[in-house]
Amino acid sequence: MDLIAQLEAEQIAALGKTIPDFKAGDTVRVGYKVTEGTRSRVQNYEGVCISRKNGKGIAGSFTVRKISFGEGVERVFPLYSTNIDSIEVVRRGRVRRAKLYYLRARRGKSARIAEVTNYKPLDSGADA
Amino acid sequence: MLRSGVIAKKVGMTRLFMEDGRQVPVTVLQLDNLQVVAQRTAEKDGYSAVQLGAGTAKASRTTAPMRGHFAAAKVAPKRKIAEFRVDPKNMIGVGEEITADHYFEGQFVDVSGTSAGKGFQGAMKRHNFGGLRATHGVSVSHRSHGSTGQCQDPGKVFKGKKMAGHMGAVRVTTQNLQVVRTDSERGLIMIKGAVPGTKGGWVTVKDAVKKPVPENVMLPAGLKSMAEEARKAAEAAAAEAAAAEEAAKAEAAAAEQAAMEAAEKAAAEAPAEGAAPEGDEKNEG
Repeated sequence: MDLIAQLEAEQIAALGKTIPDFKAGDTVRVGYKVTEGTRSRVQNYEGVCISRKNGKGIAGSFTVRKISFGEGVERVFPLYSTNIDSIEVVRRGRVRRAKLYYLRARRGKSARIAEVTNYKPLDSGADA
Repeated sequence: MLRSGVIAKKVGMTRLFMEDGRQVPVTVLQLDNLQVVAQRTAEKDGYSAVQLGAGTAKASRTTAPMRGHFAAAKVAPKRKIAEFRVDPKNMIGVGEEITADHYFEGQFVDVSGTSAGKGFQGAMKRHNFGGLRATHGVSVSHRSHGSTGQCQDPGKVFKGKKMAGHMGAVRVTTQNLQVVRTDSERGLIMIKGAVPGTKGGWVTVKDAVKKPVPENVMLPAGLKSMAEEARKAAEAAAAEAAAAEEAAKAEAAAAEQAAMEAAEKAAAEAPAEGAAPEGDEKNEG
């Protein structure tokens, strides 16, 4: 293990976050810490994860897309951001590709994703 | 107060997530057996500086003159050597090892290194020229530099004209970079942002010249011997404190013992008194 990988592993351990097992196509709810003036609260952002980037490492991120007031909104979250309070999987989607960028061109019925009915949790804990 | 810089190896880049939600891109630099190899003094050399050496080199691959130089300093052969101008007051002894505590978190530094070589590059990449148009009759030369001068009057291209050529692999200094974290055990310095050079390349780190010298920098340098002394002093202090505590404890124990003994004595006397009436009762019964 090179030094950078070691430092990143140490940091992941120090952050002590549990990342649920989710992938593109899943609907997730992200609790994001928002600071307004002096007080901070947690804002939920729920939508379809359309991409996971850079794996499970410290540089990992994911994109969540939702339709907000008729307008498509996408937010990219770093997986290990200290601003993320929680990540919750709401629904498992059945998709055939890793990046669902085709959803950007779709609206309504054609932008639906079928649900996985036979989802099996990973054996190696909830770290994915 | 000019003090020594350090030679470091660029390990690579990563990111740090801070408690307040920020994420900071950092370059990890490593100090590898960084020792003072020689001193330059005003009397002998006309200027005052320290020569530092970093890394480890095979003795068999070190030239004989350099082997002699290292032997004179009683240090193992070094891979990289650099000189740093220092104030005569901040001179460091030969053989002293510098640790990552030399810099503190939040300090501004200048980092110099040899930038990554790019080979022969055109004017667009090398000097940010705009190139020619995509249409309107431009043929073949879309990425050319265009005109290089006037006509018969100068009759030549001026010296220093920006043109295509070799790019990169030159000494570059990036100023006012901030130290985010240091790790003296592993000799790591994490610096916010990018530093010149490739992974595995050598860079030199100095206190920022364009910022006032911070008051809490370690003078003459963040030395291993100083850290060890401090540790020993702390240990001694801790031992003293422990001894004092022990003495206090012993005293307290002695006092307790005395109290116990006194109580026992009192207790021994009390049952004796108590036992007598009991015996009397029995006798009566």
